[in-house]
Amino acid sequence: MPQEPSPQQIAEQTIYREMGLNPDEYNRIVELLGRQPNYTETGIFAVMWSEHCSYKNSKPLLKLFPTEGPQVLQGPGEGAGIVDIGDGWAVVFKVESHNHPTAVEPYQGAATGVGGILRDIFSMGARPIALMNSLRFGTLDKAHNRYLLSHAVSGIAAYGNCIGVPTVGGEVFLETCYDENPLVNVFCLGIVKHDQIQHGKASGLGNPVLYLGNATGRDGIHGATFASEELSEGSASKRPAVQVGDPFAGKRLLEACLEIYQTGAVVSVQDMGAAGLTCSSTEMGFKGQTGIDLNLDKVPKRAESMTAYEIMLSESQERMLFVIEKGRESEVQKICDKWELPNAIVGEVTNNQHLSLFQDGQQVANLPLDACCELTPVYQREAHPPEKETLPKSSSPEKEPKNYLEVLKQLLVHPNISDKSWVYQQYDSMVGTRTAQGPGGDAAVIILEECQKALAISMDGNSRYVVLDPYLGGLITVAEAARNVVCAGARPLALTDGLNYGSPEKPEIFWQMQESVRGMAEACEFLSLPVTGGNVSLYNESRGEAIYPTPIIGMVGLIENLNHITPSNFQSLGDQIWLLGETFAELGGSCYQEISSGRIFGNAPKLELDREKNLQEAVLVAIESGLVSSAHDLSLGGLAVALVKASTESFTASVSFESALRADEFLFSESQSRILLSIPNQFSALLQSIMSERKIPSLLIGEVVSDQFRISFNDELLIQDQIQSLKACWRDGFRDYFTKT
Amino acid sequence: MHCAVLVFPGSNCDVDLYKAILQIKGATAEYVWHTDTDLDRFDVLLIPGGFTYGDYLRPGALAGVSPVIASVKKAANSGKLVLGICNGFQILIEAGLLPGALLPNQSLQFICDVVPVKVVQSKSPFTSSYNHGDLLRLPIAHGSGNYYCDEVTHQELESNGQIAFSFPPENNPNGSLAGITGLLNEQRNVLGMMPHPERAVKQWLGSTDGLRLFQSMLEHHTA
Repeated sequence: MPQEPSPQQIAEQTIYREMGLNPDEYNRIVELLGRQPNYTETGIFAVMWSEHCSYKNSKPLLKLFPTEGPQVLQGPGEGAGIVDIGDGWAVVFKVESHNHPTAVEPYQGAATGVGGILRDIFSMGARPIALMNSLRFGTLDKAHNRYLLSHAVSGIAAYGNCIGVPTVGGEVFLETCYDENPLVNVFCLGIVKHDQIQHGKASGLGNPVLYLGNATGRDGIHGATFASEELSEGSASKRPAVQVGDPFAGKRLLEACLEIYQTGAVVSVQDMGAAGLTCSSTEMGFKGQTGIDLNLDKVPKRAESMTAYEIMLSESQERMLFVIEKGRESEVQKICDKWELPNAIVGEVTNNQHLSLFQDGQQVANLPLDACCELTPVYQREAHPPEKETLPKSSSPEKEPKNYLEVLKQLLVHPNISDKSWVYQQYDSMVGTRTAQGPGGDAAVIILEECQKALAISMDGNSRYVVLDPYLGGLITVAEAARNVVCAGARPLALTDGLNYGSPEKPEIFWQMQESVRGMAEACEFLSLPVTGGNVSLYNESRGEAIYPTPIIGMVGLIENLNHITPSNFQSLGDQIWLLGETFAELGGSCYQEISSGRIFGNAPKLELDREKNLQEAVLVAIESGLVSSAHDLSLGGLAVALVKASTESFTASVSFESALRADEFLFSESQSRILLSIPNQFSALLQSIMSERKIPSLLIGEVVSDQFRISFNDELLIQDQIQSLKACWRDGFRDYFTKT
Repeated sequence: MHCAVLVFPGSNCDVDLYKAILQIKGATAEYVWHTDTDLDRFDVLLIPGGFTYGDYLRPGALAGVSPVIASVKKAANSGKLVLGICNGFQILIEAGLLPGALLPNQSLQFICDVVPVKVVQSKSPFTSSYNHGDLLRLPIAHGSGNYYCDEVTHQELESNGQIAFSFPPENNPNGSLAGITGLLNEQRNVLGMMPHPERAVKQWLGSTDGLRLFQSMLEHHTA
């Protein structure tokens, strides 16, 4: 076996660079230690100081988010945030990205993303009950993108289906900027009784440290570092940095953990996710203000003669690290054995504020915990806006289309608008029998029979608006996610964010980050929505090209009364259809602009927070007053598309409008703060009074009919077709790329 | 009617099945771990869906030779009611309690959907509350539910009335032979089915068509 480089060689040959540390960082480490770190120690610093673990580039921005509220039991800093939902119950949720692994090995990359977020949730004591995902891939005309997407979907399905947590919703968006750098953001939510919440603070001198789960192998070494650099031609060779998922072990680990918590013997617990044993042990020791000794000889291993460096940096999946009460080892290990999981006492809690590693009777590393966890570098990166290109004055196409039915059909078959059931039917969305509204609607709805309440969950993000105007795009991201859960009848509670950007070292990219986070934070503040945690994924670039700035929101709303659960589809013939909110000629970044001009440009739609707040409040009042048959948010493709999507095979819309706007501007505008409602006739006056009280423009535009979809504009019949034929366009657009090519 | 809900380390529909049984007045249920072999106290044995031991080999292949299944075989041969749902159906086939094979779906993809399912045999302890020809709406969620058997076996299944449920020909989601998705043994005390009746027991779940299956079993037991 080749000899590891000596501390001196690491310094002289700048070997730390290969691990992702720069000379300034290395020098700071030497200063903190008062000596040169050895190979294992250098590796530990490299992962702990990577963006993935330390947020060194994003910390100054993350401070902008409001993180507190009476409902917040746990904000950012632990495995996942925790929010109170009353009656002694709480929900635990978080979003996590697995972008780089998916780019080089889509199946395992996406699968282990699901495994990781699940462990984040059950490490807090909660049983995971719902998964969601947000996928960004390149356009489907390219075979490689279809390969990446279909394998990522299979990976997500394989993990979630096997472990038995339903994937209840999500979103897919395709854009050329994700060609070589797809994004996989996964979200998980769990429920927990307040008194069962677990924390990651190691305490109690002499308490044993228990390793539980799959044996440690040489897979995923330096995964966190890999996730914190740009993708390049050589990235395919990083395939060994991608971990391999074992959902069956994940399932046993989940059940074993929940059973172990019941014993009351657990002092602290943390998932071995990014940076594996390193991150879990240092963070538990640091948060507990104690210290940890680990005997690496005791760590269950999959391969022979693994070095300390390899053991500490492995990202083998399905592992957890516990601190348990001394004397209760056998009680806990009996449960581990029942679930046939490798387990071992690998160390103990100390009080020296250090992580000390021992192998073959020798101390092989000794690091102060604050240097690993707290004294990490923080960079205030330079930010400046990109140069504006000169653009046409109007974002609308020069000419109005001749055939509106054709345009509508083009939009419906567009893979970004079209039905995604080809994707979500591969996910078990019903296991657990809690799913009242599964994938395909504005938000998923999960029933909590434990407390006779329901949750609405939505994942959202539109990077086109963000790239056109990061600040505005940030506002829209939060507002739309909240609007989606409102449409399902829920009061938004809190959110988690997945922030995906290019390299923060480029001023125009950092400007995108800064502005979009500013927008999101402002919307959160205004709408009283705390951010309870999330994930930052930077360096999403390949061949020097960054992705669009892509913040993703996972929004959770609470439905206190099960009667308020509201579908997004029309429910009864003869119901009135109302359009709430105002429509402007806002086609910048819209799907219509893309199909009519071949690209996106101009301004993102504007968003006024007070209007948005009033609209959401008004719709909730209408729902809670029992007036509303269905509610649907207007988003991609605008009003015309929303009317088709709200239709079923037997219920559709016959509507007419008058407006000074051009018909295409009115029908396909993606103006914000608009919702489509259907209500029984007799509630018309009540609805109007609720809306006018809050100064929400509301327009009765037509009624629910069977069979013929009709849109008239300024007394002219623009679109008429069988709804079945429009639905068929919508159903096949996306699916055809996978079944016919 | 006291029901055993078998639990393998990778079972994941066990709780759903347990809860569905408790919705039936007169029925009780108890979880049974995969290493237990004493099933005498139970009137009915239920094998839930999931991934038993990960199913990395072939769905149900390892479970088919597990300790608890050896006892299930004995109980089945003595006439006790045995119901296997989804992965449970796959196990019953691997254990040799039902003929044929469940191949990967024709699309080679996992399918989760709510689909029409036809009641083909209403004269059985599991289906007596349905009428022959009833079209149920039941959830499916599986990767290998594509039923196959040879022509001779198929003829026998037909003439013995062993086909309990089938997908209508115009809506066969997984490519099953003759749409077969629910199968009885010759004595009709063992039923394997791919659709999930335990997921169709409440209005807000989208269907209550699964309830009558459990009610049929209760009626058979109390008769």
